[in-house]
Amino acid sequence: MKGWRSVRAPLIWAGLAVAIGVPIAFAAASEQLAWRGAVYILAGFAGIVALGLVLVQPLLIGGYLPGLSAYRGRRAHHWIGGTLALAVVIHVAGLWITSPPDMIDALTFSSPTPFSPFGVIAMWAIFVVALLAALRRWLGLRLRTWRIVHVPLAIVIVACSVVHCLLIEGTMETISKAALCALVLAATIKVMADLWRKRALRGESAVRQ
Amino acid sequence: MTIVVLSRRNLLVAGGAVLATGILTTGVSGLLLPARADGLAPTESMTGGANNYRKGAAIVDRIGKGGFWMSGTVRRAGDGAPLAGQRIQIWAHTVEGQEHEPQSHGATLTDKDGAFRLEMPQIIPIFGQPHGHLAYDSGEFKTVFLRPIMRSAKETSLEAHFVLQPA
Repeated sequence: MKGWRSVRAPLIWAGLAVAIGVPIAFAAASEQLAWRGAVYILAGFAGIVALGLVLVQPLLIGGYLPGLSAYRGRRAHHWIGGTLALAVVIHVAGLWITSPPDMIDALTFSSPTPFSPFGVIAMWAIFVVALLAALRRWLGLRLRTWRIVHVPLAIVIVACSVVHCLLIEGTMETISKAALCALVLAATIKVMADLWRKRALRGESAVRQ
Repeated sequence: MTIVVLSRRNLLVAGGAVLATGILTTGVSGLLLPARADGLAPTESMTGGANNYRKGAAIVDRIGKGGFWMSGTVRRAGDGAPLAGQRIQIWAHTVEGQEHEPQSHGATLTDKDGAFRLEMPQIIPIFGQPHGHLAYDSGEFKTVFLRPIMRSAKETSLEAHFVLQPA
């Protein structure tokens, strides 16, 4: 047991590094890159990094990453949320520069590609969460109110990002992409279940008092 | 002298034949005429079909170094007659250039059977889907933009079919 405890933390961090690093490495080795311009390549990788950050977010807020206090986990969640919004801006701006009519079609929900609306919905959900998070103190949102807004939007972000990513035929390798998407879903379901359980426990103790 | 035998059987057969012809004619024309009037429906432009279009691509024997075949047919709405000598413009993101770049564009003419076929560089996935673009934009018929998708990025050919209606 003691042995397991000593390797548990490095294993979890290594697992996270593999889950995000391997899909990025496969994409970096994609032959598609040879026929793409620098801006298009940057836009694609911003999207892949964004998906990786979507995996980190529930792990941070759920306290599943060893060695981080709850406070530091929340701070990191906050900053990575901002980075995620920035990655999405780079993704969209880069694709816009690469092919303006295709990006305009996507943003106006008139694109022929089935994955585009999912990406655009996820983008808006990320922007709304980032904006509200930045203004939370100023707006005086209490934790409960904040969660009522953030939790459904987080579910939208995760579900839409995963569908968006899976339907795209691009530089990402299929299996590593599917694995990353599965982990994103699993981490999100876990954090939502824990949140639900904690709330149920709090409800019970309140009833007992 | 021809002897016409008016037997019951002959009358029945003759009457039956007349009736059948009548039914067949009205029946068949009833089935065919509205079909002929509606005819072959014109092809609608596809969403995003006109993206990165460059008007007036030159007629070429081949786009770039080739290796990939874009083919299809052009027919007239209604009767479906093949349209010869129609100019079809083709462009895509290929191994030799991006969609908007001039070297990725070319045009070809349909033969007497309304068929066209143009060799171009291998199409690769762009914006998440391996797809090509085709346009009929010569004025005689209504402009149509198509955006066919390849079933797999490994395919080395793609087809698109036009049914045009008068402008």
